Amino acid sequence: MERKTKIHAEDGKQELVITREFDLPLELLFKAYDEPELVAQWMGTNVLKLENKKHGSYHFETTDPMGNKHHFSGTIHAFVPNQKITRTFEMENTPFPAQLEFLEFEKLTDDTSKLTMQIVYKSIEYRDQMLQLPFAQGINMAHNRIQEITSKLK
Amino acid sequence: MNLRRDVFQAIADPTRRAILLLVASQSMTAGAIASNFDTARPTVSKHLQILTECELLEQKQNGREIYYHLNAKNMKEVADFIEPFRKMWDDRFNKLESIMKKYKKK
Repeated sequence: MERKTKIHAEDGKQELVITREFDLPLELLFKAYDEPELVAQWMGTNVLKLENKKHGSYHFETTDPMGNKHHFSGTIHAFVPNQKITRTFEMENTPFPAQLEFLEFEKLTDDTSKLTMQIVYKSIEYRDQMLQLPFAQGINMAHNRIQEITSKLK
Repeated sequence: MNLRRDVFQAIADPTRRAILLLVASQSMTAGAIASNFDTARPTVSKHLQILTECELLEQKQNGREIYYHLNAKNMKEVADFIEPFRKMWDDRFNKLESIMKKYKKK
């Protein structure tokens, strides 16, 4: 299966680029970022605040499987419908500094669209730490995949 | 081969995953790590021992204290670490796509 979501993280750079093509018209893709109820649904988070405009800000609250609450927030620097969002992102109460995110939305065809998300970190080390953070979920999946592979070997 | 299997067994445990997550951002003493869990301290020590044996954690003596930190290099060798990160975004975007497809039909 083709990987729809691609991550480009060049060695020795303090940024990474996430790209994804969607089977959705550009307007629908952008709407998923615009409307708080939709953001809450696909991000799996509580949206406490989402002011999608220049000088606006956002605040999300996510509960992990252990019941701990995590807060994510940032400021919106640019919000151009169907084109781009520029914002900061911070995981509150962690040693990770804020990061800068450039989201660009493109129309491919009438029914497909593309999102390019460039994330700039404070340093190369912080970027690598973010990438290496053993996301509980991710590890679980890696583990399941290994199990799948090894069970086939039996 | 055996080591590899052991490592994945090591990270299959939710408490051990939580420990790795804790020390990913800063090195910590066993006591500091244990204070994050309701589990009895010997249980946490056992988890730390397993993670250290699998070389996912490294110990560093600092005065009288022993600090645990993530052996990021080994973790990277064990699992392609960008993959869980990519997968997380892929899942999120898949969800976005399916939600918006339903939204369209309304």
